[in-house]
Order: sequence, then C-alpha cells, then structure tokens
Amino acid sequence: MESTIVKSVDYNAYFGDNHVVKNVNIDIPRNNVIAVMGPSGCGKTTFLRGINRMHELIPGATAKGKIMLNAEDVMEMHPIFVRLKIGMVFQRPNPFPNLSIYDNVIAGYKLNGIKLPKAEKDRIVEHSLTRVALWKEVKDSLTKKGSFLSGGQQQRLCIARAVAMEPEVLLFDEPTSALDPISTSTVEELFHELKKNYTLIIVTHNMQQAARVSDKTAFFYMGELVEYDETKQMFTNPKDTRTQNYITGRFS
Amino acid sequence: MISMKNNVKYRIGKSTGFQALTILLACSCVVPLIFILIYILQAGLTKINWHFLTNLPKPVGESGGGIANALLGSIIIILVASVIAIPFGILCGIYLSENRKSRLAYWSRLCVDILQGVPSIVIGIVAYFWLVKPLGGFSAISGSVALAIMMLPIIIRSTEETLKLLPDSLREAGFALGLPFHRVVLKVIVPCGISGILSGVMLSVARIAGETAPLLFTAFGNPYMSFNLLKPMQSLPLLIFNYATSPYNDWHDLAWGASCILLIWVLALNIFTKLMTRKWKVQL
Repeated sequence: MESTIVKSVDYNAYFGDNHVVKNVNIDIPRNNVIAVMGPSGCGKTTFLRGINRMHELIPGATAKGKIMLNAEDVMEMHPIFVRLKIGMVFQRPNPFPNLSIYDNVIAGYKLNGIKLPKAEKDRIVEHSLTRVALWKEVKDSLTKKGSFLSGGQQQRLCIARAVAMEPEVLLFDEPTSALDPISTSTVEELFHELKKNYTLIIVTHNMQQAARVSDKTAFFYMGELVEYDETKQMFTNPKDTRTQNYITGRFS
Repeated sequence: MISMKNNVKYRIGKSTGFQALTILLACSCVVPLIFILIYILQAGLTKINWHFLTNLPKPVGESGGGIANALLGSIIIILVASVIAIPFGILCGIYLSENRKSRLAYWSRLCVDILQGVPSIVIGIVAYFWLVKPLGGFSAISGSVALAIMMLPIIIRSTEETLKLLPDSLREAGFALGLPFHRVVLKVIVPCGISGILSGVMLSVARIAGETAPLLFTAFGNPYMSFNLLKPMQSLPLLIFNYATSPYNDWHDLAWGASCILLIWVLALNIFTKLMTRKWKVQL
C-alpha cells in the first residue's frame, strides 16, 4: 500500500553561489500528508518549489539531482507538464483578480486553452469546490470576482483551482500563515479529506500544525534534511539533537 | 513664557503662510490652461459648423471653406502610427517588466528614456532621411513612422510600469497551473494590467495628435483630399501652422477653428482615458 510517489535523490538547490538545499534524499509515500518544517531560511520552501520546478523561475536559481515522480525524473521533464501533475498552493491566496470564481476554478483548463463542454466544466467546478468545502458558500455567487471572497475563502478557492487539474501531488507553501485561526482550522480539516485522493506536501513553520495534520514530518536545518520520520515518532522521540532543540523551542 | 508664546504664534504663522503658498501655486498652474481654453474656444468655436468639417479649404480670395482634408489626414496618419507603435510598444514593455535585471533590458530601458527626450524635429529629420529620400518624395506613411517613434517611449514605459506593479504571486499562480510563459503574459498579466496599458496608449495618441515638427518634412501637407499613404497628406497641426502664419484673414479663421478641434480632441482623449482607466481597473 505504502508506495512511493515522490522521491528525491541527492537534490541540491542554489541561488547563484548560495547553496540552499544540500543533498536531500527523501521518499514520500502516496496518499500521505507530509509536513516540512524548520526555522526560517532552512531551505524548506526552496525544496518544495524544486519539486514542481518553480524554483528555477527565480533569476539565478539552479538545481541538481533527481526528483522522481513515480518512475519519471521531474528534472528531465518539461516544467509545464510537471506543474500539471504537481499542483501548488501559495502562502498568500492568489486567485486571478480578473476572473470570476467559476473561471478561477477551471483556470488551469481555461488559461491553457483546453476546451471543455459546458456540462464538464460545471461538473469540475462543483466537484472541486465541494472538495474544498466552499461549494455551499459560493454556489450563488459563481460569477463574482475571486477577490470578492474573504482571505480564507480565497485560499480554499486556490486549493480548488489546484485540485481541479486532478494532479497527483499537491504542494502547500505555508498555506495558512496569512489566514485567521478559524480559516486555518477549516483549511487544516481539508487536508484530511484531500489525502484520500492526493499526496500532500506542506511547508509550515508552525510546529503545532505539523503535529496536527501530518502523517510524516521532515525537519530541515541549514539546507539539510536532518530528520524524516513518522510525525508521532518525531515529536515524541526525535533522534537528532537539533530536531529535539527545535521541537522544544530552544531555537526557532 | 511670554516669549515662548510669541514664538509659537510666529511658527504657526509661518506654517500657515507656507500652506497658503502651496495652494496659491497649485491654483496658478491651472490658470494658463483655463486661459488657453477660453481664448481658443472663443476664437474657434464660432468657426466650427458642418460646412467647416466637411469641406476643403478654399483658395485665397474665396470665403468659407473647411478642414475636411486635414481632419481625415490627421486621423489616417495617427491610425497608421498607432498600428505601428502599439504592438511594438506593448511587447517591448512586457519584455522590460518580465526581464527586469537582464542586460538587454537595462540598455533598452536606457534607449527608451533617451528616445523620450529626443526633440520631435530631430525625429522628423531622421524620418526624412530614412523614408522620404529613399521613397523619392513626401508621404503620409513617413509622417506616421515619425509619430510612431514618438509614441513608443510613452507606451513602453507605461506598459512596463503598470505590469511591474502586479504582484509576482499572480505570475506564480499562472506558472503553477502549468501555463507556458506566453500564456501567463497574455492571459494573466496583460488582462490584469489592461487599464494601465490602454491609458498609456491613449495618452501617447493625445501626445502626438498635435505634433507639427515631425510632419513638416514627412507628411508635408496637401491642400486637397488625399487617401494615398505614399503621397503628401494634410493634417491639423500642419494646417494650423501654414494658415496661421499666412497673411489672409479667412485662413486665420480656419486655423482658429482647427486649433479648437485639436484641443477638443486632446481634451476628450484625456478625459476618456481617465474614465476608462477607472472602469477597467482590475481590483487586486
């Protein structure tokens, strides 16, 4: 059952001469929630953005090593196809302000020029919005602009936009750090639902969140993957002293 | 204590005086515009009627006549200039905003800034040597090219500045959905910045509508109706220049009327741009 979906082999990432992710080897099992935590500047976001090749969009950024998605090396694929298979949700909600809520959900199809019959579009929109528990709230205002929603709703709209493409993996870059506590708990509940169909990799610097939502946790420090284990194991009995120090709040 | 009190009064007085000065100077900038408007409307409005807009100028000695050829000529020359400058300008602006740090962007940005400062008469001379001489004569198209060169920096800089202000998260949202670069630009970035881009285009049109110098030795002017882009063509600024400096009263009237039309045109474009920018602005 526990088959690996994403596997990084000796993955290194750089900003110019700055070596930010060092030799990361990690196996991510299918239909799990993986939390990636660590102090600011430890390379966790860079690693996450490396998985769907968003890292190299930044001028001067380079990467080496392998990231296997099933049997294919992401580094050898064209980024456009990688990003269709690996969806991403960002720190701040970023719905397209020029599109309606409806068009935001199917933006991946619409903006890519993929034509779908109306019934199919309706189905995808309802299905995706239901998945993120937003359908009931917005079903009467689908023609309104995405920016009309509250911050938490916008973030769920962005998750729906990623889910609509039926990716295999969903990446979350501190998805709740710009949200209020109530919206945060709504989004966290979503993770449990979403993992039935997708594999979720979540970067967070909120340890409680990592403990609450994840099956496995990876701890990054100074660009290295220090420890990677079952979340329960990690929080109760960390093997590395650096992990222990981080969890007990000796540095952050 | 008393001296302190006086001191406070003096400081408040100084502050009020300074404020009054800024208000006075702000008002005084409006004065020349209002005078120009009143003066030209007074002199020109009475000359404008249907006959004026639809007839050709009459030869010296005959009264009446209109500016139909100049009006149409101006519209044609500006349309052709826009067709040349708008795609060039917008694409260049997109390049500058999406490749901020590249060497090419640095140099082309510098060139655009310098181009903006080049006197219009110099651009006219360049167009004369590039187009008029090789083509063997004055032509409307060479005037359009000269005006297009004048439009470019305005369109480029306003496109660049508008698109730069859009948050990077918007670009990332597009890339994360697997959009290729050209779709991120055309489907996400440009639609979100469309109001700023269009306002730059409109302002550049308003800017060149009254340009005379580049047209003097390119489009040259023509007392008759002409639709041939390869032949000389009349335009409003040329008509004003030629007729206002002539010794005939009838021609002065035509020049006043044409000035009035040009002024209304530029004013309307500016107001339209303001309204449109507000209406089409995408709320981020």
